[in-house]
Amino acid sequence: MSLETTYLGLELASPVVCSSSPLTDDVANIRAMEDEGAAAVVLPSLFEEQITLESHQLDHFLTYGSESYGEALSYFPEPEAFAMGPDAYLDRIRAAKAAVDIPVIGSLNGVSTGGWIEYAKHIEAAGADALELNIYYIPTDPRQTGADVEAMYLEVVGDVRKNVSIPVAVKLGPFFSAVANMAARLAGAGADGLVLFNRFYQPDLDLTALEVVPHLVLSRSDELRLPLRWVAILHGRVDVDFAITSGVHTHEDVLKGLMAGAQVCMMTSAILQHGIPHIGTVLADVARWMEENEYESVRQMAGSMSQRHVAEPAAFERANYMKVLQSWRADPTGGVGRPGGSVLPRP
Amino acid sequence: MPRSRVTIDANEAAAYVAHRTNEVIAIYPITPASPMGEWADQWSSQGETNIWGTVPSIVEMQSEGGAAGAVHGSLQAGSLTTTFTASQGLLLMIPNMYKIAGELTSTVFHIAARSVAAQALSIFGDHSDVMAARATGWGMLFSASPQEVMDLALIAQAATLESRIPFLHVFDGFRTSHEIQKIEKLGEEDIRALIDSTAVASFRARSLTPERPVIRGTAQNPDVFFQARESVNPYYRAAPEIVQGVMDRFAQQVGREYRLFEFTGAPDAERILVLMGSGTEAAEETVGHLVERGEKVGVVKVRLFRPFSAEHLLRALPATTRSIAVLDRTKEPGSAGEPLYQDVLTAVNEGMGEGFAPFGTQPRVVGGRYGLSSKEFTPAMVKGVLDGLEGPAPRNHFTVGIIDDVTHTSIDYDPSFDVESPHVTRAVFWGLGSDGTVGANKNTIKIIGESTDLYAQGYFVYDSKKAGARTISHLRFGPRPIRSPYLIQKAGFIGVHQFGFLERYDTLGVADHGATVLLNSPFAAGEVWDHIPRSVQEQIVEKELKLYVIDAYAVARNARLGGRINTIMQTGFFALSGVLPREEAVEKIKEAIRKTYGKRGSVVVTMNEAAVDAALDHLHEVDVPAAATGSIPLPLVVPEAAPEFVRTVTAPMIAGRGDELPVSLLPDDGTYPVGTTRWEKRNLALEVPVWEPDICIQCGKCVVVCPHSVIRAKVCPEEAFQEAPGTFKRADARWRNLPEEKYTLQVAVEDCTGCTLCVEVCPAKDKSQVGRKALNMAPQAPLRVQGRAEWEYFLDLPHAKRGSDNGENGVGALAFTTAKDVQLLDPLFEFSGACAGCGETAYLSLLTRLFGERLLVANATGCSSIYGGNLPTTPWTCNDEGRGPAWSNSLFEDNAEFGLGMRLALDKQRVFAEELLRRLPDGEARALAKGILAADQSTEGAIRAQRRRVEQLKSLLDGGEDLEARDLLGVADALVDKSLWIVGGDGWAYDIGYGGLDHVLASGKNVNVLVLDTEVYSNTGGQASKATGLGAVAKFAAGGKPTPKKDLGMLVMGYGYVYVAQVAMGANDTQTIKAFLEAEAYDGPSLIIAYSPCIAHGIDMAKGLDQQDRAVKSGYWPLYRYDPRAPADRSPLHLDSKAPAMPLADYLYNENRYRMLKQSRPEAAAAFLQESERLVQDRWTRYERLAQAPEPHEGEAP
Repeated sequence: MSLETTYLGLELASPVVCSSSPLTDDVANIRAMEDEGAAAVVLPSLFEEQITLESHQLDHFLTYGSESYGEALSYFPEPEAFAMGPDAYLDRIRAAKAAVDIPVIGSLNGVSTGGWIEYAKHIEAAGADALELNIYYIPTDPRQTGADVEAMYLEVVGDVRKNVSIPVAVKLGPFFSAVANMAARLAGAGADGLVLFNRFYQPDLDLTALEVVPHLVLSRSDELRLPLRWVAILHGRVDVDFAITSGVHTHEDVLKGLMAGAQVCMMTSAILQHGIPHIGTVLADVARWMEENEYESVRQMAGSMSQRHVAEPAAFERANYMKVLQSWRADPTGGVGRPGGSVLPRP
Repeated sequence: MPRSRVTIDANEAAAYVAHRTNEVIAIYPITPASPMGEWADQWSSQGETNIWGTVPSIVEMQSEGGAAGAVHGSLQAGSLTTTFTASQGLLLMIPNMYKIAGELTSTVFHIAARSVAAQALSIFGDHSDVMAARATGWGMLFSASPQEVMDLALIAQAATLESRIPFLHVFDGFRTSHEIQKIEKLGEEDIRALIDSTAVASFRARSLTPERPVIRGTAQNPDVFFQARESVNPYYRAAPEIVQGVMDRFAQQVGREYRLFEFTGAPDAERILVLMGSGTEAAEETVGHLVERGEKVGVVKVRLFRPFSAEHLLRALPATTRSIAVLDRTKEPGSAGEPLYQDVLTAVNEGMGEGFAPFGTQPRVVGGRYGLSSKEFTPAMVKGVLDGLEGPAPRNHFTVGIIDDVTHTSIDYDPSFDVESPHVTRAVFWGLGSDGTVGANKNTIKIIGESTDLYAQGYFVYDSKKAGARTISHLRFGPRPIRSPYLIQKAGFIGVHQFGFLERYDTLGVADHGATVLLNSPFAAGEVWDHIPRSVQEQIVEKELKLYVIDAYAVARNARLGGRINTIMQTGFFALSGVLPREEAVEKIKEAIRKTYGKRGSVVVTMNEAAVDAALDHLHEVDVPAAATGSIPLPLVVPEAAPEFVRTVTAPMIAGRGDELPVSLLPDDGTYPVGTTRWEKRNLALEVPVWEPDICIQCGKCVVVCPHSVIRAKVCPEEAFQEAPGTFKRADARWRNLPEEKYTLQVAVEDCTGCTLCVEVCPAKDKSQVGRKALNMAPQAPLRVQGRAEWEYFLDLPHAKRGSDNGENGVGALAFTTAKDVQLLDPLFEFSGACAGCGETAYLSLLTRLFGERLLVANATGCSSIYGGNLPTTPWTCNDEGRGPAWSNSLFEDNAEFGLGMRLALDKQRVFAEELLRRLPDGEARALAKGILAADQSTEGAIRAQRRRVEQLKSLLDGGEDLEARDLLGVADALVDKSLWIVGGDGWAYDIGYGGLDHVLASGKNVNVLVLDTEVYSNTGGQASKATGLGAVAKFAAGGKPTPKKDLGMLVMGYGYVYVAQVAMGANDTQTIKAFLEAEAYDGPSLIIAYSPCIAHGIDMAKGLDQQDRAVKSGYWPLYRYDPRAPADRSPLHLDSKAPAMPLADYLYNENRYRMLKQSRPEAAAAFLQESERLVQDRWTRYERLAQAPEPHEGEAP
C-alpha cells in the first residue's frame, strides 16, 4: 500500500503536509513532524508588513531625536549590520533544510507588488523547495471593484513567478465572485498549485474596553467542507495541484480531501490541539482505512469524488443547497437545528 | 601607499588613534567628549583591533574619578591605557593625575575642552578645565583642527612613551570636537612608525608584577618628600625636545610639520598674537590676510603648553617683535593674569634677563580673554586685538567678543571685517532637529569631501531645548584646506527648512549679496511672496537674493517620509548651488542614502530615493518683485506684558541675539527669575488636544500625565465664567462634595508639544463613536488665537490649594490623593524644553502640584537640570502668591550631598529660630511665638496657618532695633515646614552619585529623593548606566548590557528606616501620588524610583504610558512601597502590583533598545531574554516573601 503523492512536482511520502503555523518556526518541531510522517512543512509566513514595518521602525527609532541637541546627537550605537526579521527567516529555512529530508516550503504573505517581493528570491536562494504565496487582502474601499482586486492578485502572482524558478503555490480565501475563473487565471499567471482556503481570523469587539480585538479560534472538522467542495469542483478543470487546508483533523478528513482531488491535505489546528504525534496517528488511520477498504494507494483515490467523477455532479452546486434546506429538522436536543433532525419539538 | 581622505569630526579622529594605540580604555560619558568613548566601544564591540592586533578592552566606569582610577591601575599593571573626558570630568580625574604624573607613567587623555561650571553650567568649549589641571605635572598638547587632532593624538602617544610624562591632548569642545572636516587619515604603518616599540617594552618593564616585585605609592616624610619631588625635573626638561623630535619624525613619515610654538606671519612682524587651540586657525587666517596687505603682524600657535619651554617660545618669535597680545580662552578671577599670558610674560622677562631672547628691546606683553563657552572668535576680533597693539600703551587684561560695560575690559573691533575667500562656497541651513537637516548636511559634506577634490567643513549649532529643537548648519567647501573655526558670516546659499522661521529668526541676516535662498514653503512660487513678513521681503529685495521654494513636506508625505524632509532639501541645495553637476549630485545623494539607510532595509532606501527624484520636480523659482509689498509684521519675541527682565534679557536670547547682551544686563551670581517659559510661546505642535466636556468623566489623568503641564483643570462657580470668551468650555463638576461648581479643562495650545499622551491616557469614549474620546487631536493653527484667549482667561480663575490659611484643607475639603483631585492643583513646573512625551517631567509636575509652594529642589546635572535650568527660559515657576519651588543644581556627582546640605541649613535655621522665639521678651510677639512653637504642621492647611502666624511675627519684628529680633527675622521662614527634594536621573543615583546618595539616605535626615529612572544617561545620548536592563543596547553597551539592572530599592530597603517606593505613573497614578505623599510625610529619608520612558528606549513616546503598564504587568517593574512606619504585625513592604502576568518579551521587544540586539545578535538576545525572565521571577518571589506579614513570635497572640 502506498501513501505517496506528488505536490508541486515534489515527490511526497504521504499526503499530510504541516501548514504554515508558529509550530513550523522551530526546527525541532519540524524534525518531529518528519519523524511522524509529515510529507512536507510550510514555514510560517514572512509578511510584507513585517518586511516593510521592521525596516521603517528601525529607521525611525535610530533617527528619532538625533541631530537635534548638542549633548546627544544620537541615542543608539549602530552596529555594522542588522539581521532583520526577514533575514532571520532565511536562516530558519537554511536550518530547516539542513535538519530534515522532507521538502521545506517557504511562505510569503502580502498584497502589493514592490520591493518586498525580492524576498521570494531570497527564500529560493535559502534553499526552499517551493514557495507558498499567501495573499490576504480585505477590500474595504467601496470604490474598488472585484476586477481591481483580481488584477492585484494576478499581478502579485506574476511578479513572484518572474522572480523564482521553484514551484509557487497560491493560498487564497474563498471570497471571489467566480472562484473557478480566478483559479484558472491564477494558474495562467504562473501558480503551480492552489491552497484552498485561507481562514480569515475575524476580529472581535471587547465590550469593556470598547475596542476591536483580534480573536483566534482553531479550525474544526466541519470547516473542511468549503475547501472540499471547491477542490472537487476545480479538480480536472484547472491544471494545477490542489492542497486542502482548514478543517483537516482526522484520517477521514484527509481521505475526503484526497478523494475530492487534493494532492495533499494541510494540517495545523489538529496538531496544535493534539500535538505533533497526531500526524502519525492520522496517517496510521488512513493506512488502516485503506487496508480495510482495499485501496492500494492514495493515487488510486485522487479526485475519485471530484465533481467530474461523482454520479451526481449537481450535488456540488445549488441543487445541494435546496436539498439541505429541505432536509432541515429541528435539533432533537433542543439546540440549533441541524440537517436530518426532527422538526417537531420534543414533548 | 597614499593615505585615505575621510570626512570626520575631531572626536572620531582622536578616538581612532587612541583605539589603535591602547589596550585598555576606561570611559564615562560627558559632553562634548562622549562620542570618543562611544566610538571606542563600538569599534571594540565590532572586533576592531589596535596596531598590535588585539581588541582593546573597554570598561565604563561609574564616574570620571572611577575612570581615572581604573586607568591608573591598568597603567601600573602594564597595559597601555587611555580615557576621554572634559570639564567637571577632568576635574574629577585630577587626584589620580597627580599620582600618574608623579609616578612618571606614560598615558594620554584626550580632552574635548569645555567650560567648568561656575555661575552656570556650560557644555561649550574653552580651556578652563585643562587650565585647572595644569599643576598636575601632565604635558599638554593643543590641537586646533580635526586634522591636527588626528596627528597630535599620535604625537602625544609617541611622546608620552618616550618622555614618561603623561599628556593631555586638548582640543576645543564642540568647535573642534564636533567640527567635520575632510582630513587625511593616518595609516596603520604611520602609527606603527611613530610608536617606539622599545619605549613600549620599557613601559611594560616598569609595570607592577609579582615576577619582579616593587612597591610604588609609598608615604614619605618631611625628610625626603621634597627631594623626591624634584627628582623628576630631568624628565620635564627633556620633554620639549622629545616632543619636537616626535613631531620631526612625524613630518618625515607623514609630511605634515609641527612645531612646539609655530610662528606664522611677516618675517619682520612687530605685533604678535600668542594663543592656542582652534582660535589659532582664525588668527593664522587673519594674519595671512593682513600680511598680504603689508601689515607687520604675526601669530604664535602654542602646541606644547606643558612642559612650557620659554626657549622654544622665544626662538619662535621674530626679533622685530615690539608688542605681544596673549589670548587665553579661560578666566581666572582674581589672578594677576590668565595662565598663558603669565607664562609668556615670564618667558619674555626671563629671556631678556638671561640673554636668550632674540629682541633688542623688551616687547610689551598684554593679556586678554576670548571665546569662553564657545563664544565666537572671528577674524574681526583677531584684527581688533592686533589693532590694539598698535599704540604705545596697549590695553592689558582686556576681553574681546563681548560688550563689558561694567569693568570696561572689552576692546572694540569692526565686526564687518572678514577674510573669507571668494573661492569658498558657504551655505547656512536653518532646520528642525526632527526634520533631519543636520544628518543630510553631514552627508553633503561627506559627498563633497569624498567624491571631489574640494575640502569641506561642517559645523552645527544646536538648540538648548529638546522638543522642537532648531538647528543651524554651517557648511564650507573650497579648493584649499579650510581653517575658519567660526560661524559663517556671509553665505552664498541659505536653506530655510521651516517656513515659520522667517518670522522667528533673522534667517537671511547672513545672506551675502545675490545669495540663493531655498525656502521650504507650503505656498506655491506664485503666492509665497505675500506670506513673507515685510522686513524679510525688504532683505530679499535689498540684497537681490534669488528665492526658490519647494513644498518639502508635501514631497515627503507623498514619499511616506513623514516630517523627514532632509534628502529633499539636500537635493534642492545640490540642484541650486551647482557645487556638483546636477546628475552627478543626485547619484551621489542616492549613494549616500544607500550607505546610510541600506542596512535598515531596502524599503527605507527606496522611499528616500523616490523623494530625491520628486524633489527636483517641485523646485520653483520665485519671481521677486522690485520692492517689498507685504503687510505681515514680525511678531514680538515675548508679549509686552512680560516682566522687564524677560523683555530686556530673555527675549534677545530667545531671538538668537544673546551675544549682543552687555555684561551689565546679566546677573552677576547666576541668579535668575523663575517662570520664564510661559513667555516663550513656541507653537510647536501641529495638532493639539481639544476637550469634549460631554464625554469627559473628569478623571484628571490627562492633566496629571501631561509632560509639559499644558492641560489644566479648575473647578469654579458659574459666576467665575461670566466674562469668559464665548468659546470657553465647562461642565458640571463631577465631585460629590462640589455639587454647585463647574469644571473646566484647558489646553495651552501655544505651549503644547503635540505628544498625544493625554489622548492616549483618556479613558472616556463617545458612546456613539468609540474612536472619539474626551480629548481628540485637532490642527493647532486654527485654534491658536481662540486658545490663547481661553488660556489667559483660565489662568486668572482661582485655583485649588491643598490647604487654606485658616488651617483647613483646601477646596471642598478634597483629599488630593488621586489624579481626580490632584488635577485641580496648580503645577509650578511648566512648558519645559524636554522632549515631547518625556517620561520624567510629569513626576516633577506632580511634585510641584503637591508641595510646590514650600519646595526646595537639589537637582543633579542631567536631562532634568537641562530642561529645568537651561537658559533662555526655565520651567520652574511660582504661584499667585509668589511662592514656588526654589531650585538649584550643583554638580552631577554631589547632588545628594547638596540636598542634604540644604536640609541641614533648614533644620539649623529652624532650631535657631525656635531658640530665638523662646528668648523673645514678653509682648505681642512672644504670645504669637507660643502658637508658632506649639503648631502642628502635619497637614497642608496647618502649614498654611503656620505661615500666616510667621508672617504676622515678621511684620511685628520688622523695623525693630533689637539684634536678636533682627536675627529672628532672618530665619523666621524656617519655622514653616519646607519640602526638600533631591532630584536626579539614574546616571546620578545608580552610578556617579551613588556613594553620596547612600550616605545621605543612611543619615536618617528628612530628605526626599526622586530618581527619574530612564535606565540610561539620557542627556548625553543614551549611554548605559547600572540602571540599564540586561541585554538592552545602549551606548557603551553596543553588544547589549551584560549585567542586570541594579536593584536600588532593595539595596536601600536594607537600612530599614528609609521609605522606599517604586512607581510608574502610566501603570498606576494613584499609587504614584500615594508614594509622593507618604514619602513627604515620612520624617526621615525617602527614596522614590520613578519609571520614566525616554526616547533612548526606542519607543513611540505617545505610547509611553502603555509601555509603563507593560513594564509593570510583565514583572519587570514591580510597584511597591516600603514604609518603615508599618506596625510590627505588618511587613513594611507593600506590593502594589500583581505577579508577572505578561510575557516579558511583550514588554522588552516593544522597545528598540532590546529589539536591536535581536536584530544584530539574535542568539545573545535569546539568552538575555531567558536570563531576564528568570531574574524577574526570582525577584518577584523574593519581594512576595518580604511583603508577607512577619510570623508572630511564639507565645504572642496572633
